[in-house]
Amino acid sequence: MQDILCRSLRPLFVLLAAGFLLQGCGVSDAPVLFPKGPIALAERNLLFIAFGLMMIVAIPAILLTLLFVWRYRRSNETATYQPEWDGSWKVETVVWLVPAAIIVVLGTLVWTNTHRLDPYRELAGDKPAFKVQAIALDWKWLFLYPELGVASVNELAFPQDRPLSIEITSDTVMNSLMIPALGGQIYAMAGMRSELNLIASETGVFMGRNTMYSGDGFSDQHFKAHAMSEADFTAWTTKVSGEAQVLDADAYLKLREQSIADPVAHFSAYEKDLFKLILRKYAPIVGPYESEAAELICRGAA
Amino acid sequence: MLGRLTIEAIPLYSWVAMGGAAVTVAGGLAVFLLITYLRAWKVLWTDWLTSVDHKRIGIMYVVLALVMLVRGFVDALMMRAQQAIALNSEGYLPPEHFEQIFSSHGTIMIFFVAMPFLTGLINIIVPQQIGARDVAFPFLNSVSLWLTAAGAALVLVSLVIGKFSTAGWTGYPPYSGIEYSPGVGVDYWIWALFVSGVGSTLSGINFIVTIVKNRCPGMTYMRMPMFTWTTLCISILIAFAFPALTVVAAQLALDRTLGFHFFTNGDGGNMMMFANLLWIWGHPEVYILILPAFGIFSEVVSTFSRKRLFGYKSLVYATACIALLSFTVWLHHFFTMGSSANVNAVFGIATMIIAVPTGVKIFDWMFTMYRGRIEFHPSMVFTIGFMVTFVIGGVTGVLLALPPADYLMHNSTFLVAHFHNMLIPGALFGYFAGLNYWFPKAFGFKLDAKWGIRSFWFWIVGFYLAFMPLYVLGFMGMSRRMEHYADPNWQPYLIVAFLGAVCVLCGIACIAIQLYVSAKTWGSSRDVTGDPWNGRTLEWATSSPPAEYNFAVLPEVSDIDAFHDMKIKGTAYRAPHQYEDIVMPKKSALGPILGALAFGLGFAMVWYIWWLAALCFALCLVCVGIRASDDNTDYVIPAGEVARQENERLARLTPADMHDMRDFLPRGAASGSVLQGRV
Repeated sequence: MQDILCRSLRPLFVLLAAGFLLQGCGVSDAPVLFPKGPIALAERNLLFIAFGLMMIVAIPAILLTLLFVWRYRRSNETATYQPEWDGSWKVETVVWLVPAAIIVVLGTLVWTNTHRLDPYRELAGDKPAFKVQAIALDWKWLFLYPELGVASVNELAFPQDRPLSIEITSDTVMNSLMIPALGGQIYAMAGMRSELNLIASETGVFMGRNTMYSGDGFSDQHFKAHAMSEADFTAWTTKVSGEAQVLDADAYLKLREQSIADPVAHFSAYEKDLFKLILRKYAPIVGPYESEAAELICRGAA
Repeated sequence: MLGRLTIEAIPLYSWVAMGGAAVTVAGGLAVFLLITYLRAWKVLWTDWLTSVDHKRIGIMYVVLALVMLVRGFVDALMMRAQQAIALNSEGYLPPEHFEQIFSSHGTIMIFFVAMPFLTGLINIIVPQQIGARDVAFPFLNSVSLWLTAAGAALVLVSLVIGKFSTAGWTGYPPYSGIEYSPGVGVDYWIWALFVSGVGSTLSGINFIVTIVKNRCPGMTYMRMPMFTWTTLCISILIAFAFPALTVVAAQLALDRTLGFHFFTNGDGGNMMMFANLLWIWGHPEVYILILPAFGIFSEVVSTFSRKRLFGYKSLVYATACIALLSFTVWLHHFFTMGSSANVNAVFGIATMIIAVPTGVKIFDWMFTMYRGRIEFHPSMVFTIGFMVTFVIGGVTGVLLALPPADYLMHNSTFLVAHFHNMLIPGALFGYFAGLNYWFPKAFGFKLDAKWGIRSFWFWIVGFYLAFMPLYVLGFMGMSRRMEHYADPNWQPYLIVAFLGAVCVLCGIACIAIQLYVSAKTWGSSRDVTGDPWNGRTLEWATSSPPAEYNFAVLPEVSDIDAFHDMKIKGTAYRAPHQYEDIVMPKKSALGPILGALAFGLGFAMVWYIWWLAALCFALCLVCVGIRASDDNTDYVIPAGEVARQENERLARLTPADMHDMRDFLPRGAASGSVLQGRV
């Protein structure tokens, strides 16, 4: 039996070594490990601290297991053998209290950080937050910019020096909005409004996507989030405001139809209160409608 | 007449789907022909399918689990192959097919591999561990088995007739609602869960009563073996958690079939109510799968370290703590729904608290090995592999329990890696350890150790290769359930993960070879005494395979390691002064018939064949009525017959077959009363 064990160990080491070599590649781009915003950074740091704390228990657990397995193998006749030894208050105290103490520390960390990093918490900055409304559709993201009166599909642009405050809902199944380099995610649910507050510490283009499985086009339901300098953002605003396309009720209904891998689109204006109307569409009592556009959007068809 | 069932239901939409259907049909046909060729139908029906013997029911459960393991694993292999090649391309699976595969993989592995595997092992062993002759309700046990099999059959049939769900194994609405998933897939999922869920609930109730009422004299709660303790805890969990699943499946069925609005987008529906109810079942379910494996590890580690279990009381309290706490953490599956920081923090802390009793268990097993004499039997090797690997899963679990970290990792492949890290070493390795450990008890001969060790190495190497890359991919921002992707950095990891899956395939092949080789050479590895490993608990006191009645005379217990104690005292293998008549339950055809009717009911509901559904339901009630009015359900094995069987067994035993117990005594102690045997 011993022989089989030793002989089979060899391929394990080779495979593990090969695995770790491979793991080197591409990690430097990992958005979760190398975040581009203070929220994601704080979330990542919490991850690292908790990981480190748990190593106090995990490393001895793994090493002691392997050590005991080796030391007390049957063929080692020199090791002490105590077949009746089945308990020790000292050991029990340590194995209950040390993990418990770590959990007390971790629990405190959880309490403070969950409040500090609450996605709904408005972020303080030198400048007021830049508000965006995000709507999940099959299978694309629609972003409305109330401050500018414009809209974009599959592209999120915002000034880097202002906190980003996103209001989220869905006009289809449940989605989840995430920009990993900037911080965590929040579900998008029809008839409900959720919030996500993020901030970018540098300009750049970050991957964003729906992480919640939503159907055939799910794999392609990603977008680019552009954190822009003031000059770039002004240029972007000018460009989008000059677009001929307008997202009125009819155009929205067309946009809402299922489609996969839509190209980026810009609209120089959008239907008044579009976000609110999409929320209202799923309320128990929807009418009466104040306008034809409201009725179109809430009924979902002409 | 046939509802929405038309010729369109045959999967002609892709060659892969047709291939799957063809393999399923061919497999069924091959089994049918083999049984016909062996003329085994009569034996199969009278000795097995209609049996209410807990040992045979247990074996049938495990067979079902192994068959479904192969099916569920083929799904896994197909997903890994797709993701390994689908960089900026469609791979070989269209999205609508990929969706079905990840949905059926999860559903099958949880409901039709893990559940029947653990229920099977519990069935075979627990009544023997507590010194009972059968479970409390033997016929109900048979019904549970056949309801589980009916659910599994529904999933298999969906491969041939119609499609399976595309909504994932958790089936979140509104995607799983009729508006977004109008086909039969989600209905197959609902009815498979429904039917097998009723079976599981009945099993849970059965084992609570069995353990509370049927323990032999002297077996107090604090003398029950750990496996029995974990079974008691999970049976209670099943009885409390499964109703939530049944209710949530029923509500979704009402939404889909009768136009209700529990979970729809509009009209007052709320999809998060589904998430809450599902996970109120779903989180305890995780412990339902893992705790029995913890029980198995406890038995194995003590037997093969040749030592008493360290910290028995600690382990019992830790198990009970875990069972209790498992109901307080369900919200951690959706920290990202936007609940307040207070709510998330409370559930995050509750989740982390579970890590304490779980950690204690690891240390208790470790100190069981301390100053032991460890033998590397395959079941022990699986246990060691589990202890090392499970710690990693525990660490990543606590990371996910931190709400702010979970915002980053939720729905990512990190999460996928985490729960596979819990369920493969934590549950499946335990069941494999149990398979290797208790196989001789069920069949009377040992499994080949060499192939057992080989299967372990392939499984553990395959596990690390398949899931460590997924942890990294989670950091790189890869979401779960992606049919294709555009980031070239991900591909190397996904190729390694695919190689891991291939490795696991070899592990499964090794188990098949192990079974084949052992069956072929069974004469040379027979278990004469019924105690092949020098075991400590009562199940080793019976013969292998045990007589129908397990114990000719109910044993009396005065220690946790009851049988070890008997061997030390020299009271094992002694014929009693006299035998008595034994009353045993009769076999019944109603179990398999009820299973078939439940399958018919589910199938009819999926396809809207209302008359068939009504007929099957009415016939179910008729069957229950027939059983309820049958007062003649037992038969008597006369004392003379018992005496004949027992004397035959004891006469076969020679001192050379028995284990030398002197090793266990302190040096220099008198060994006069100690059972002696080969050294």
